[in-house]
Amino acid sequence: MSTKEPVQQLRIALRNCGIVNPRDIDDCIAHDAYLALGKCLTEMTPQEVVQEVLDSGLRGRGGAGFPTGKKWQIAATYDADVKYVVCNADEGDPGAFMDRSILEGDPHSVLEAMAICGYAIGAHEGRIYIRAEYPLAVNRLENAIAQATEYGLLGKDIMGTGFDFNIEITLGAGAFVCGEETALLHSMEGKRGEPSTKPPYPAESGFMGKPSNVNNVETFANIPTIINRGAAWFSSIGTEKSKGTKVFALAGKINNVGLVEVPMGTTLREIIYGIGGGIKGGKKFKAVQTGGPSGGCISEKHLDLPIDYDNLVSIGSMMGSGGMIIMDEDDCMVSIAKYYLKFSEGESCGRCTPCRIGTRRISELLNIITDGRGKMEHIDELKRISRTMQDTALCALGQSAPNPVLSTIDTFWDEYVAHVVDKRCPTGTCRKMTRYQIDPARCTGCSLCSRNCPADAISGVLRSPFSIDQSKCIKCGTCIEKCNFGAISIG
Amino acid sequence: MSEVTLTINGNEVTVPKGSTILNAAKKLDIWIPTLCHMNLHGTEMNNKPASCRVCVVEVAGRRSLMPACATPVADGMEVVTNSNRVLQARKMIVELLISDHPKTCLTCGKSGDCELQDLAIRLDIDSVNITGKSQSTYKLDSTKSLVRDMNKCIMCRRCETMCNDVQKVGALSAVGRGFDAVIQPAFESPLLETRCTHCGQCVAVCPTGALLQKDSTWEVVEALADPDKVVVVQTAPSVRVAIGEPFGMEPGEAATGKMVTALRMIGFDYVYDTDFTADLTIMEEGTELLGRLNRFLGGDQSALPILTSCCPAWVNFLETQYPDLLDVPSTARSPQQMFGAVAKNFFAEKLNIPREKMVVVSIMPCLAKKTEADRPEFAENGNPDVDIVLSTRELARLIKLKDIDLKQLPDSEFDDPLGESTGAAVIFGSTGGVIEAAVRTAYELHTGKPLPKIDFEELRGFEGLRVAEVDVDGIMLKIAIAHGLGNAKTLMDEIRAGNPRGIHAIEVMACKGGCIGGAGQPYHHGDEQILLKRMKSIYDIDKNMPLRKSHENPSVLALYRDYYGEPGSELAHHQLHTRYVAQDKF
Repeated sequence: MSTKEPVQQLRIALRNCGIVNPRDIDDCIAHDAYLALGKCLTEMTPQEVVQEVLDSGLRGRGGAGFPTGKKWQIAATYDADVKYVVCNADEGDPGAFMDRSILEGDPHSVLEAMAICGYAIGAHEGRIYIRAEYPLAVNRLENAIAQATEYGLLGKDIMGTGFDFNIEITLGAGAFVCGEETALLHSMEGKRGEPSTKPPYPAESGFMGKPSNVNNVETFANIPTIINRGAAWFSSIGTEKSKGTKVFALAGKINNVGLVEVPMGTTLREIIYGIGGGIKGGKKFKAVQTGGPSGGCISEKHLDLPIDYDNLVSIGSMMGSGGMIIMDEDDCMVSIAKYYLKFSEGESCGRCTPCRIGTRRISELLNIITDGRGKMEHIDELKRISRTMQDTALCALGQSAPNPVLSTIDTFWDEYVAHVVDKRCPTGTCRKMTRYQIDPARCTGCSLCSRNCPADAISGVLRSPFSIDQSKCIKCGTCIEKCNFGAISIG
Repeated sequence: MSEVTLTINGNEVTVPKGSTILNAAKKLDIWIPTLCHMNLHGTEMNNKPASCRVCVVEVAGRRSLMPACATPVADGMEVVTNSNRVLQARKMIVELLISDHPKTCLTCGKSGDCELQDLAIRLDIDSVNITGKSQSTYKLDSTKSLVRDMNKCIMCRRCETMCNDVQKVGALSAVGRGFDAVIQPAFESPLLETRCTHCGQCVAVCPTGALLQKDSTWEVVEALADPDKVVVVQTAPSVRVAIGEPFGMEPGEAATGKMVTALRMIGFDYVYDTDFTADLTIMEEGTELLGRLNRFLGGDQSALPILTSCCPAWVNFLETQYPDLLDVPSTARSPQQMFGAVAKNFFAEKLNIPREKMVVVSIMPCLAKKTEADRPEFAENGNPDVDIVLSTRELARLIKLKDIDLKQLPDSEFDDPLGESTGAAVIFGSTGGVIEAAVRTAYELHTGKPLPKIDFEELRGFEGLRVAEVDVDGIMLKIAIAHGLGNAKTLMDEIRAGNPRGIHAIEVMACKGGCIGGAGQPYHHGDEQILLKRMKSIYDIDKNMPLRKSHENPSVLALYRDYYGEPGSELAHHQLHTRYVAQDKF
């Protein structure tokens, strides 16, 4: 590891989380809430606001990393009687909760940013699409909207400048795919939550067919700081193509779980071993999954890669919303891929063929492999279906759903081979393949295992080695836990 | 409109801005396979969910393949439709579809007409190399008209677009997620419990066997084989301009005489024409129109508008969605049911046989007719006026079963007396035809003068909603015509809101183009030209008929003289009119 200073967190999006009282607008104002909005409304033209965001280099924090300023610039070009600013708060990646923390801890930063966006693109209506499973965040948002409206910071004639901006909340019904912006807009309209082909982009025809600009919560949370401190300051942070900071949700086999916000370009090693405090129980690091079900598994060899949008894509993963799940030597990578595919299979909207049927077929193949019935042809088939999905699925969910499969095949090929050829799960995770065995040399014949076995699978004569009836064994692991002599192992 | 120039497979093509890659490829005669896509130009049916992904093509500079049906062209775009990458992707997609599709083509009602089957052949799918075996399992749902086998659904969404956007019935929509996504009525209820009108347009556009007609072909064979039965057949006006298609005749080519010959060869005892009762319908409905017009002219504003009532899907639509307006439609039964009533009463008496001994088979362009024939009010002591309804497609199948090549047959004439008809009857087959026929008769009966011009061009056409004024000797009759239930809904909302335009008479046909576009007709597979050709043929037949006004039909006049007395008589009311019942469904 390098000898440089251990990396420090730099909190921009999370700047006020845990510091301000989110229920108290006065406290938030004391921490600069609505200062940037005031600056925009009184000192800047809409074009200047767009330019500032463009110059900052901020990219969408929801997953794809599209330049936010560019999005605003396009949305500003469309003329219509009504335009919408939409906040995507349909956070759904397993293990990710950065948007929820921002909405619960600093709701005004998002409301302020939406108003700034409205001013910049010429919209007077804002909508927040938030999942109903975030009741506290919804409550804080409702409270914040009411307070801001009362203070004249939202609603009619904001700060006496003549600018109107109104925000309403729409609750999502719990579909992961509604994080995709066209699906989100359809769901907001009361239609089936499924993506549609772009173009038309929401900037041209979005909510109710009107020009709409959709940004993610974390993206919005960056805006007030960019306005207050300037694009030059913001773009001085990060890498060449990814500016600013990113919030990650550390989870899995790591000592310090939770949210961290670090400058773009920080390495995975710095996050995992520095801020994260290393792997739990001193075990060996195996992989880190970024980007949730759309991302890939990154192995040890890429730990020193500076994290930004493009680097992650180059190694078969993606930034996603910033979920970061750390796995250690006990995790079976085939099972990990299976878990994510099961998730995508359940969350596919079912509209396009490759995703509707492809996710099911990949899941089935992974089941075959983890059940010990796999053949090498099955791995080829996995690759073929995966590539077709990447190439032909309608939306990002389907196109990226195979990433966990392809990245684990690529990075942990040996584990697939062990499952398929040796019929062995190296970590002992895949139960159908594991055999619990008693080493006769170590077994003292104490019968403790036999007495605790819930399936009555272990028998023997006291003080002679016991044995396990494989046909009865349910692979629960109780015997291993109970054995005082280390006589039982998984083979 | 500005134009865009692009290249497809190296060939330059210029198309209007906003065109899709698929449109541009068509201009170059480059074939791109499609499955979910369906655009019936000139109607509201434009289904392009870009969901099947079979039409993917390579576009230079784009990371993934793009759906040709939904990707707009751009200047300088370079498209490749047949690269190996594209071929492999398409093959995999069709393999995936087949992996979740029952392999029961041998006994599937759509075999030979199935777009998925065609695609598998055209894309050279010689095996399905997909290990996973799980398949969707849904309960079969059937009504008298339709059979839904959602195991065969490929989620093309055509039926959904048809039911919601075109017909505005709203009985079908996508439910469920992922592998379990499927098209179902609300709460996955059986169709019978929904507002479904049985118009069958979902069947007409379904690419696979997921939506089919309820097949009755073998019931007819059984009836014909029964020596105790007298089997009478009637053929609807629009069948004659479509029945030739499955036998290789040109769309729209009239095959009336050949069809009659075939029906006789099949063994029907009497080959009659629904056109006869179409003329009879005009006598009853025209009389009712005149009566209501006179009441209206006498100051009773509620006497008009009058609505045509020959389309059974339309009647279902009214009963479910406009239960407050059930006094608007004419009480005249449809020609099919009038025929059934005449056959089982007048004709059975004439033959001196009990009605139970007679089997009335009708050949209809329509699937809703099957449900109509089953309505309890069209039966006496449990014996229906019309026993079996076959669609045009089923008739074609029956003819082929009998090893008859329709195309090669000589012409012959319908039997008398229920086979005689006028040009006014045959135009029932096209949108605008019923009202035109009614006007021809109403004019002459009302004024006592001969029509100066028989053809009412202003009532014809393919536009979904048309309003025209007809001069009935000084009275300007305002007539509205809708085809497609969505257009009818627009009209009915207007009537419900107090009829601000002062419309006097309305004709509605549930299907696009009228009966020529009925759901029982040979599949059009998205080619609206077929509908237009059938329509033209209908009007050509009319033009060449010696008699073109229903009240000049000698057999109809004889029927009144010998049996019913006069139009609207008590017996006519009993046998030829009906009542409507509100249906409370969702």
